[in-house]
Amino acid sequence: MTSASEVVVRQRAEVVPRAATITRQRRRRLRRIAWNVVGLAVFVVLVFPVFWMISTAFKPDTEINAFSPTWFSSHPTLRHFRDAIARPYFWDVVKNSLIIVGAVVALSMVVAFLAAVALAKYRFTGNKLFVVLVIGILMLPQAGLVIPLYVVLAKYHLTNHLLGLVFTHLVILLPFAVWTLRGFILGIPKELEEAAMVDGSSRLGAFTRILLPLVAPGLVATSVFVFITSWNEYIFANVILTDQQNQTLTVWLSYFYGTSRETDWGGLMAASTLTAIPVVIFFLLVQRKIAFGLTAGAVKA
Amino acid sequence: MTVAAEATAHRSRRRPRLKRIAQASIPYLLILPVILVITAILGYPLYKLATLSFQQYGLAELIQRKGVWIGLDNYSSVLHDEIFWRTLLRTVIFTAANVVLTIGIGTLLAFLLVRVSSLVRVLLTAGLVLVWSMPAVVAVQVWFWMTNFQNGILNHVLTQLHVGDYSQHDWYATTFWKLAMVTLLIVWGAIPFVTITVYAGLAQVPRELVEAAEIDGAGPLRVFRDVTYPILKPIFLILTSLSIIWDFGVFTQPYLLIGSSHVDTSNYLMGVYVFIEGYAHSDFGRGAAISLLMLLMVATMSIFYVRRMVKMGEAAR
Repeated sequence: MTSASEVVVRQRAEVVPRAATITRQRRRRLRRIAWNVVGLAVFVVLVFPVFWMISTAFKPDTEINAFSPTWFSSHPTLRHFRDAIARPYFWDVVKNSLIIVGAVVALSMVVAFLAAVALAKYRFTGNKLFVVLVIGILMLPQAGLVIPLYVVLAKYHLTNHLLGLVFTHLVILLPFAVWTLRGFILGIPKELEEAAMVDGSSRLGAFTRILLPLVAPGLVATSVFVFITSWNEYIFANVILTDQQNQTLTVWLSYFYGTSRETDWGGLMAASTLTAIPVVIFFLLVQRKIAFGLTAGAVKA
Repeated sequence: MTVAAEATAHRSRRRPRLKRIAQASIPYLLILPVILVITAILGYPLYKLATLSFQQYGLAELIQRKGVWIGLDNYSSVLHDEIFWRTLLRTVIFTAANVVLTIGIGTLLAFLLVRVSSLVRVLLTAGLVLVWSMPAVVAVQVWFWMTNFQNGILNHVLTQLHVGDYSQHDWYATTFWKLAMVTLLIVWGAIPFVTITVYAGLAQVPRELVEAAEIDGAGPLRVFRDVTYPILKPIFLILTSLSIIWDFGVFTQPYLLIGSSHVDTSNYLMGVYVFIEGYAHSDFGRGAAISLLMLLMVATMSIFYVRRMVKMGEAAR
């Protein structure tokens, strides 16, 4: 984009007298520098909370509680990370989180992929109704669903049971997965599949050999997003899993400071960093693909 | 004609129709699992929600698994409750403030992304993605630490910058400031989505149109109003309706940042209100009535968005 605009400017510059061109270019450069300074300032403000979390996690207590704070620790320590890991139930909740997220990702990907194929590749009566259902569920406020889900899960003795949370996460994430995967499948040119069928493949053969490999990146991106949402989810996890050793890492973190009068800020920030790390890594991996999946076609429509 | 031959002839006549039925049922078979999961796990609870809202259903009833039918009592109790109306009003104002700030700042940052050099752009985008990926519960803890009155960095920086004496300043002293801090947290977390989406949309605005308008003497505001905005309008509509729906029902940030021991009738938002009145007080019948009213409000708000998405889905085929 930048290069295109520069070409236009350069073309126009040939018409304008030389002296004027130089001042204009200079003014352009000054303006760009000013914008860059603003951009850097915004970057600092935006990222500061994350920086402060990590920075605090590595500081010894004396520095954390000092009257004038230091930006970087002069004596970085891993003590807070060791303390956080040694807290009761840490490994239990990490294991719970991994089990729940693993089950939710596996189940939702298989189920959602089938429905996404139906939406993207077939025209059928009721498909509009199905789309309305899928998007409608995406919009339901979670706080409003806590009571009925809790009462029903209690009826079937699924509260305080990882399975209860897996089911709940499935329902809130399936619509999203269906909708995103449908976008990815639509992005694959029809001609490729048709070419394979002309060459003698059956529909199923064309599907597994052509469609599946092409949509694999979309599947990965969607599953990682499902991973992240399930990992971060708070309200249902908090309500459904009541015993401490049954909780997820996110809920465990939310109870971190409530236990003592003197808040262990270093430990809290170390635990926060540990909770955020897997999410940040996965998010960085897939972010571009998801931004595409959510807004594809928005401008054209 | 032998019986066998007749049977073959019959079959050959019937096969195409069978095949056609099989073909037509494929999409239904494909969506069947999703339908099953959603009906089993959501359909029944939603039905339960509707019936619960007409019942007296507390802890005793939860254990006996049988509620007492009381007609519209829950609804009239809620609709005659001043707390409900105050909470609704507070939530509407809160939502408006959050949506305006999120969309406004997010859009400004998208325009900033266009103007900075590519190095700064990469840096800024990385920062936005980093913020986007922060789990809400983690963000709450960091906010807690940055704004605590004893040694929070916010008080220190404001004092150092001579904005005023903020040492030992308690940011959570009044309802307004409690909700303002929640707003700050939500807007911070929601800006990346808006900025990245609007920026992606800006890339689709034809450069020549903007240049032509500028040559014709249009200022930046005029260019935005007459060239950029009409093209980006669909994106803005989707972002705004999504933000309204999300912010109206928000729970995690206000509940955890204000603190479960400090949320009360003076600072309820709808999400927190329905959670406390229904779940925490174990008055599931009344909570169900509030939930249903809240779901109806959100459903009304999302009609526009859902229609838009369905249309888009048709256009994308």
